[in-house]
Amino acid sequence: MNSVAFIVIAILTLAAALAAASLPKLIHAALNFAVTFVGVAAFFFLLGAEFVGLVQVFVYIGAVAVLIVFTILLTRRDVDKDRGFNWSGVVVAVAVFGGLVWAILGTPSLPVVAPEIPALPVKRIGEVLMTSYVWPLQCVGLLLTAALIGALILVMEDREEVKKVK
Amino acid sequence: MSGNVVDQVFIRIKEWLLSWLTGAPNWAVPIASSLINIAALLGVFLSLFALMSVLERKILGRMQNRYGPNRVGPFGLFQPIADGIKMLIKEDVVPARADKIVHFLAPILIAATAILALGVIPYGRNMTPFSIDGGILFFFAVGSTTELAVFMAGWGSNNKFSMLGAMRAIAQMISYELPLIITVLPVIMVVSSLTPDAIVAAQDGYVFGFVPRWFVLTPWGAAAFILFFVSGLVESNRTPFDVPEGESEIVAGHMTEYSGFKYATFFMAEYIGMFAISGLAVTLFLGGWQAPLPFLEFVPSYLWFFAKLSALLFVYIWIRGTLPRTRIDQIMNFAWKFMLPMAFTCVIAAAVWHYAGHGLPGWFASFGVIALVYFALSTLLDTRKKFAPRTYRFAE
Repeated sequence: MNSVAFIVIAILTLAAALAAASLPKLIHAALNFAVTFVGVAAFFFLLGAEFVGLVQVFVYIGAVAVLIVFTILLTRRDVDKDRGFNWSGVVVAVAVFGGLVWAILGTPSLPVVAPEIPALPVKRIGEVLMTSYVWPLQCVGLLLTAALIGALILVMEDREEVKKVK
Repeated sequence: MSGNVVDQVFIRIKEWLLSWLTGAPNWAVPIASSLINIAALLGVFLSLFALMSVLERKILGRMQNRYGPNRVGPFGLFQPIADGIKMLIKEDVVPARADKIVHFLAPILIAATAILALGVIPYGRNMTPFSIDGGILFFFAVGSTTELAVFMAGWGSNNKFSMLGAMRAIAQMISYELPLIITVLPVIMVVSSLTPDAIVAAQDGYVFGFVPRWFVLTPWGAAAFILFFVSGLVESNRTPFDVPEGESEIVAGHMTEYSGFKYATFFMAEYIGMFAISGLAVTLFLGGWQAPLPFLEFVPSYLWFFAKLSALLFVYIWIRGTLPRTRIDQIMNFAWKFMLPMAFTCVIAAAVWHYAGHGLPGWFASFGVIALVYFALSTLLDTRKKFAPRTYRFAE
């Protein structure tokens, strides 16, 4: 049953990813990207990593997809315009694909039978994050706060200029 | 327990139904079990939606000194059937310049996410349809998808009103998701579990033999419950926070270009979302399906859950009948300047309560923390104009 689910999810995810890369309208591409995120989350569920799957849905669909959609909406005047074919994108895609294949071929293959991993309860993840990984966590938090303040400063209007315009 | 048979009657029925499958292959049983759960969920909550839509109009009518619907059936109770038929046979108008696929998918997605969120709430003893380890997280993960659906509705309609309404809806939903989730944190901290069943189990028992151990009766729980309820009002776009809709300014917001059954789907998703968030509030703060007094424990657990849910839903209607609307800037200011700091205060107050040993000293210390921050915030945020006594120049 798991292999059937795997194949169905894989087909859906890949189709959505392909659509995201090839659809002419940017918003359609972004929405398909969100479907890809759901597919990845479904893989995590299939692997028994419930927490990671939920966080994937939470962060990538609730935040990142909405962010992408709004960025497209707020930065482009012609959202619907067909932007033609971009050859530099092909170069980047081929480079990334080549890099991934090189890395995968370079790693020694895993033993076929996966070792038995005990299910990781959410509570344990929280404990570990708050004890052994508390410094990385705090650093990430600080970085995100800095990014947030930076974004605010970028869009903040200069008081003087506003007065001059009026 | 004496009421055990009545209490577990639905579990028994499900087991009896599944016993028909004894010869079936292994994979069929979990699928059949899930299907029964889904059918029960949909049946109960769609009927509740129908009932709620007529009761809301009746109660609003009573509050506004008029009759409300009273033509179809006894006391107008068949009104939802008439409404449903009307919605079904209406013409489905899709704008010529609309993005057809996105326009079509938006109501489906929004209804699907709303119904998914219902799955993790414990409706009674052993009555959680889908009991998963991170149930609370699942609830919010699914809920956060609603924003994308609202955006799809607004953008797919290719209409200025739709887009502006969707922007407003998304802005207020994102702003209030933060206090909504942070007010859940203290409960999770104290229970130290993300499973709704464990949260209900933690509120079992009575202090002094008659005061239930519900979290709403602790100072941090009461504050968090109020904040959660207000955020829930915003998340379900209810009065006084129903700015994404407004006949005089942006028509029906992101639902402007929807007609017939698609509009009904949006309407249903809004109500189902309201049930889900009230159900979660009952689970987190009001003891879930636990009875309020020891001698009332003979009443089946699911009846307690739905009694509490109905009480919350009545407050929703009551607020709609009582309060005027707020402006969008007022909503935003309120979210970031008051709700968010208060939500963090709840977390701290819960920690104080927890480490003071859940007793009376902890109760007072926790109350002190919340009162202190509340008064500090109220003084800092007080921007009211100071009015002088009114003087009448021409009308002495």
